[in-house]
Amino acid sequence: MLAEAMALSAALFTIGVVGVLIRRNAIIIFMCVELMLNAVNLSFVALSRYYGADGQVFVFFVMTVAAAEAAVGLAIIISIFRHRKSVNLQNINLLRG
Amino acid sequence: MIDPPYPLFYTFNFYLFGVIALASALAFVTRKSPVAAALWLVNVMFALAALYVMLDAHFIAAIQVLVYAGAIMVVFLFVIMLLNLGHPSEIADVRGKWGKAAAVVLGVILLAEIAVVSGASIEPEWIMPRGEMERLLAEKGAIGVVADPLFTNYLLAFELTSILLLIAIVGAVTLGRRPDAADAAVAPIGEGSINAG
Repeated sequence: MLAEAMALSAALFTIGVVGVLIRRNAIIIFMCVELMLNAVNLSFVALSRYYGADGQVFVFFVMTVAAAEAAVGLAIIISIFRHRKSVNLQNINLLRG
Repeated sequence: MIDPPYPLFYTFNFYLFGVIALASALAFVTRKSPVAAALWLVNVMFALAALYVMLDAHFIAAIQVLVYAGAIMVVFLFVIMLLNLGHPSEIADVRGKWGKAAAVVLGVILLAEIAVVSGASIEPEWIMPRGEMERLLAEKGAIGVVADPLFTNYLLAFELTSILLLIAIVGAVTLGRRPDAADAAVAPIGEGSINAG
């Protein structure tokens, strides 16, 4: 089942990348990044079945980083929304505030 | 996981949850409403948790449901609710014809790259002997398998993770509060019904 799990992981990762590219809603793009992290987690778990439990430890760290990233990223989105009244990236394309 | 040849029941469930994950992911990127997208993403995470159980990662499957589907996605839904992202200007967010074409081309290139990389050869001595994972699970239990390397080989990384979480909490609180929050938080309480009562 290693090959199937890796293929599913690749497909989910690609869906995440395409989602980041075609959407303009900052929150949806952020969720697409979470989907990519999940795809990588799946390949870590599938490979840990064959190479030892270290892969599961890496998944643990990826989840921690994802939680930290979600907290900080959503706080940034909230503060952008307060300034611009929008989370559509079409309206947020300047580096100056 | 059972070593090959796999029983039909195992194979069927593996493909079933794989198809659920893939279909939910496709539904997730195509939904216009952020709430519907978030709920489809939760569905992807549940299907992945089922696959983790089938791949002998029981503890990871449990924290996938608790942390990812339970905590991170609730934060996402909470922010969507807080920002009230329902009005049409926010919903019509899919890029135009050229953006979609570029995304599809890049997606195909990425899949091709992954297909090429997956053909790479792997050193046979890296692979555990057959039945080793079952032996480890029977000896240490599902949590012990993860906890043993986490608190020995990766102890420094584990401790650094606590600093990362502390920085993330401080950063989120600093970014999330209003510029005038220090004044606004104190004033209404003093003037409110607490004094009157």
